[in-house]
Amino acid sequence: MTSLRSSNSASPWRSAASKRVLLAVFGWSVALVIFFPIFWMILTGFKTESAAIADPTLIFSPTLESYQAVQARSGYAHFALNSVAVAFGSTLLALLIAIPSAYAMAFLPTKRTKGTLLWMLSTKMLPSVGVLVPIYLIYRSTGLLDTRTGLIIIYTLMNLPIVVWMLYTFFKDMPKDILEAGRMDGASTLQEVFFLLLPLTLPGIASTGLLSVILSWNEAFWSLNLTSSKAAPLTAYIASFSSPEGLFWAKLSAASTMAIAPILIFGWLTQKQMVRGLTFGAVK
Amino acid sequence: MTKTRASGRTVGGLRTLSLQAPAVTLLLLWMIVPLGMTIWFSLQRYNLLMPEVTGFVGFENYEYLVTDPALWAAMGNTLLLVGWVLAITVVGGTLLAVLFQQDFAGRGIARVLAISPFFVMPTVSALVWKNMMMHPSNGVLAWLAESFGLPALDWFSSLPLTSIVIIVAWQWLPFALLILLTAMQSLDEDQVEAARMDGAGPIAIFFFITLPHLKRAISVVIMIEMIFLLTIFAEIFVTTSGGPGLATTNLAYLIYIRALLDFDVGTASAGGVIAIILANIVAIFLVRMVAKNLED
Repeated sequence: MTSLRSSNSASPWRSAASKRVLLAVFGWSVALVIFFPIFWMILTGFKTESAAIADPTLIFSPTLESYQAVQARSGYAHFALNSVAVAFGSTLLALLIAIPSAYAMAFLPTKRTKGTLLWMLSTKMLPSVGVLVPIYLIYRSTGLLDTRTGLIIIYTLMNLPIVVWMLYTFFKDMPKDILEAGRMDGASTLQEVFFLLLPLTLPGIASTGLLSVILSWNEAFWSLNLTSSKAAPLTAYIASFSSPEGLFWAKLSAASTMAIAPILIFGWLTQKQMVRGLTFGAVK
Repeated sequence: MTKTRASGRTVGGLRTLSLQAPAVTLLLLWMIVPLGMTIWFSLQRYNLLMPEVTGFVGFENYEYLVTDPALWAAMGNTLLLVGWVLAITVVGGTLLAVLFQQDFAGRGIARVLAISPFFVMPTVSALVWKNMMMHPSNGVLAWLAESFGLPALDWFSSLPLTSIVIIVAWQWLPFALLILLTAMQSLDEDQVEAARMDGAGPIAIFFFITLPHLKRAISVVIMIEMIFLLTIFAEIFVTTSGGPGLATTNLAYLIYIRALLDFDVGTASAGGVIAIILANIVAIFLVRMVAKNLED
C-alpha cells in the first residue's frame, strides 16, 4: 500500500501520461466502432460486387466500376438533382418567409411575440403520419403527387418553425444600436434589413440555411410516400435498393456514399448551431 | 379607440402583424387544414376502393381500430421501440459525453466520427445495417460471430424488432451525444475541482455533479427523441416492411398500411388522430420547457 503510493508519487508524470494514452485508445475505439458502418459502406463502394459479398477484408483492389454503374444503369444524377432542387428550393423559400417574421419578433416585439413563437414550434410537433391521409388526398387531387413542387411545399412548411426560431435567436443577439444608428441616418426598413441586418447576421443565416438543407435532404417519410420516380430524391432512390433482387451491395454503397457525403460535411461544419436549432434553445 | 390606434405601439403592432402574416398564415393553414381533414375523415366511412360507400359513421372507425389486434400489436411495438431506443441513447449518450469531454489526443476528430451517423439519411443507415452488417451469411456481424466460433444470427427473422432498435439507436445515439456534449460545456469546472479536492472520486463526481447538471438537457433529449421516435417509418419500410407478421409494425407503419395499401381512409385517419394525441402529450411538456427557457 505504502510502496504503491510512493511509487506513484515518484513518477506522477508517468501515471498521468499512461492514463491519457489509455483514454485516447478507449475514446478512439468507441468513435471508430460507432463510425464503422459508414466506413465499411465507403469501402464497399470501391469494391466489385463479388468482392462486396466476400469475407470482410481491408485488402482489395479498389475500382470505380460501381460508381459508373450507378449512374449508367439507374441515372443517379436525376435523383441527386431532385434532392438538390428540393432541399435548396425549400430552404430558400423558408428563409424568405421566415426573415420578415423573425425580424418582427426580434425588433418589434409585442405582448404576443412569445406566444406566437411557441405556437410555431408546437406545429413542428404534429406527427407527419397523423396528416398523411389528407396531404396524400390533397396532393392527388391537385396533381402535386410525385412533383418537386409538392415536396418543396411540404419541406418548407416542415422546416419553417425551426428556421424562424433560429433566425430569431441570431437577430436578437445583434446589437440594437447599429440598426438604430442606421435609422438615424435615414435608412428605410428595407435598406436597414438589406444593408445592415442581413450582412451582419450572415453567418447565422447561413447555418440556419444549412440546417434546413440537412433536414430536407435526409427527410424520408414524405419523400417515400409522395414521390415515385419522377420527383424522387435520393432518400427514395436509395430505398429502391431494398427489393429482394437488389443484392447489389457495391452499387448500394457507391450510391449511398455519394448521397451522404455532402450532408456529412455540412453536418460537421454546423454541429454547434445544430444544437441550437434542434432543441429550440432549450439546451445552451 | 382612435387614440390607441394613433399611438406608436399599435402602429408597431400593425407592422409586426404584416411582417408576421406570411409565416403565421402558412403555418396556421398547415396545422388546421390537414388536422381538420384527418379528424373529419376519421368520422367517415371512406375507402378509396369503394368510393360510392360514404357517410358519417361517428366513432365506428375508432371502434373498429381499437378492436383490431393489429392496433395493439402496433402500439406495443411503438412503445418497445421508443422505450429501448431512449434507454440506449440516453444512457449511452451520457457516458459518451463524459468520455468525449475528457482531454485526449485527436479528441476533435473522434467526436466528429462519433456524431456522424446522425447525418446519414435513414434509408441509407437502414440498408447498410440490413445488408452489410446484419446479413446472415455475408454480413460483418455474421463474420465476427463465426470467427469467434458462434453461430451466425439471422437478425431480421429471429430478432426483428431488436434489429430495428439497433439501427434506430445507432442513428439517435449521436444526437444525444451532441446535445449532452453541448450541455457539458457549461459545467462549472471549479465545482468539479473543489469536489476532487474534498476527495470525491470520479464516480461520485459523475453522480453528484455531472448528472444533476445534465438533468435538463437529458429531459430535452428524451422529449425530442420521443416525438421523432413515435413515428419511425423509413427504417421499417426498407428493412422488414413491418414483418414478419406484425413483429415490426409500429403505429406509423400501420397507418401507412391502412392508408396507402388498403386505401381505407377512415380507419387510417382514426389512427392518425391517435398518433397526434400521443405526440401532443409529449409536446406539451416540451413546449413548457422551451417557454421557461425563453424567460431567462
